[in-house]
Amino acid sequence: MQITPYDPNREPPGLADPVFQVSDLSVFYGDYEAVRDVTMSIGHRQITAMIGPSGCGKSTVLRCFNRMNDLIPGARVNGKIAYHGEDLYGDHVDPIEVRHRIGMVFQKPNPFPKSIYDNIAYGPRVNGVRRGLDDIVEEALHQAALWDEVKDKLKDSALALSGGQQQRLCIARTIAVKPEVILMDEPCSALDPIATAKIEDLMHNLAQQYTIVIVTHNMQQAARVSDRTAFLTADVDKAGVRHGRLVEYDLTSQIFTTPQDERTEAYITGRFG
Amino acid sequence: MTVTVRKTPITAALQGRRRPLEPAFRVVLLASLAIAVVFLGILLAYVVSEGWGRLDSRLWTNFPSKLYPERAGAQSAIVGTVYIIGLTGAFCVPIGVMTAIYLEEYASREHWWNRLIELNIQNLAAVPSIVYGILGLGVLARGLDLGRTLITAALTLSLLVLPVVIIAAREAIRAVPGSIRQGSLALGATQWQTIWRQVLPAAVPGIATGTILALSRAIGEAAPLLLLGAVTHITFNPESVTDAYTVLPIQIFNWIKQPEAEFHTLASAAIVILLAILLLMNSVAIWLRNRYEKRG
Repeated sequence: MQITPYDPNREPPGLADPVFQVSDLSVFYGDYEAVRDVTMSIGHRQITAMIGPSGCGKSTVLRCFNRMNDLIPGARVNGKIAYHGEDLYGDHVDPIEVRHRIGMVFQKPNPFPKSIYDNIAYGPRVNGVRRGLDDIVEEALHQAALWDEVKDKLKDSALALSGGQQQRLCIARTIAVKPEVILMDEPCSALDPIATAKIEDLMHNLAQQYTIVIVTHNMQQAARVSDRTAFLTADVDKAGVRHGRLVEYDLTSQIFTTPQDERTEAYITGRFG
Repeated sequence: MTVTVRKTPITAALQGRRRPLEPAFRVVLLASLAIAVVFLGILLAYVVSEGWGRLDSRLWTNFPSKLYPERAGAQSAIVGTVYIIGLTGAFCVPIGVMTAIYLEEYASREHWWNRLIELNIQNLAAVPSIVYGILGLGVLARGLDLGRTLITAALTLSLLVLPVVIIAAREAIRAVPGSIRQGSLALGATQWQTIWRQVLPAAVPGIATGTILALSRAIGEAAPLLLLGAVTHITFNPESVTDAYTVLPIQIFNWIKQPEAEFHTLASAAIVILLAILLLMNSVAIWLRNRYEKRG
């Protein structure tokens, strides 16, 4: 794979061919409406960041994109998420197939208690791939910038790796399934600054092949890595119940220089949240 | 805010005078430990010294005899015990683990019937073993016409320890972190693949420990088997699951009933054999646990 260096001054990408089109999305846990009326589009091979204070529902929205919310009893969505124009929550949609195409990296590195090799090979294996696993594993580790560090210990336990290596392993594991989209739920919150920097570099390279949506608490991270940024916050309604809402969604350069909404400005300048 | 510097030397605490409860707790805890260890030691020492005279190959090469204590052995009881434990394990482990998987991974606690099932499994674990003996006699031996055979005994003991196996397996499955399940599902694995390839291997150490403990209980059971025809003086080894049988606890009990002192020695020797089988099973559990934990 040819890797061209990331150019921070490149032309801002458009939204002509969105991967996801979210319209009036509300997410419920039982009777509680955690997120209300989110409408946004996610661009093809762009990095989209979702920022906002704790409890604003950014992870909840993220987990709708690969239907991980299905696993929470009582969770349901209203509104629509279209994936390449197709309703992600349509009756005929197989959530297993959705997760093949839309991978996810979690907040805390969660390698399986198996060898490094078996961690990467697990995704292809459960999808029925039997041949060429060695090549898949090697390529995924290369793409996740982990190959040089682990090539001599592929049979060792993944749990022996450092936190940053484990998180890159989890990214490699996701890549090995050959998804189109990678969702990242605060992937660096458990890592030190050096490991974080490595993951951010990695994301720039991955964005040439994959569409990435990242939830982060770290505004600088959003500013550094993303093409577009969505700012969410939690509104308190008359009954005192908090609902997550999308406040502003724009090019990252716009959000961080000339935000349109005063709540966004307050948040990015550190006056609240 | 000003910080006052205390004048007392920091070495005072080390002299123990100011915190007399700290060493006292330690002594209480050690004493509790000692009760268990000392009684186990006494039991072992007593049994071994009592049975030492007969702890030889006659015990496992000869068959029981009522008339000649010097010739009597316990081969049929040893073989019977091994058979029954093997069969009991073969019945109760798959069923117990599958039940545990269902309750932990599929059943929703929102439904009252699932909570009722859980509660009753816990209750079943406390039912006296003789009640299971009556159940086995009524339903298996007579109702299903299996007779007083090895298979009846093994099935009855399986029912007896099943609740314990289920509870242990559930604990082990519950201890597998949710992040492993999420990671697997996020890669497009199905729920069954996630359980079979991630959850179960991670739960094996806990399941093995719980199962061996449950089987250890079964191995020492005499009460239900008294009802199920574990006869004393069986002078042949069981060759199929429909044969009559005897087991070590019953054999031990019957030897102790005899008036001759030689039989009492024999009983002690048989107890040592029973304990040796138990130790062997525990070693297997430890080996399994280490083997699966190393993978992690």
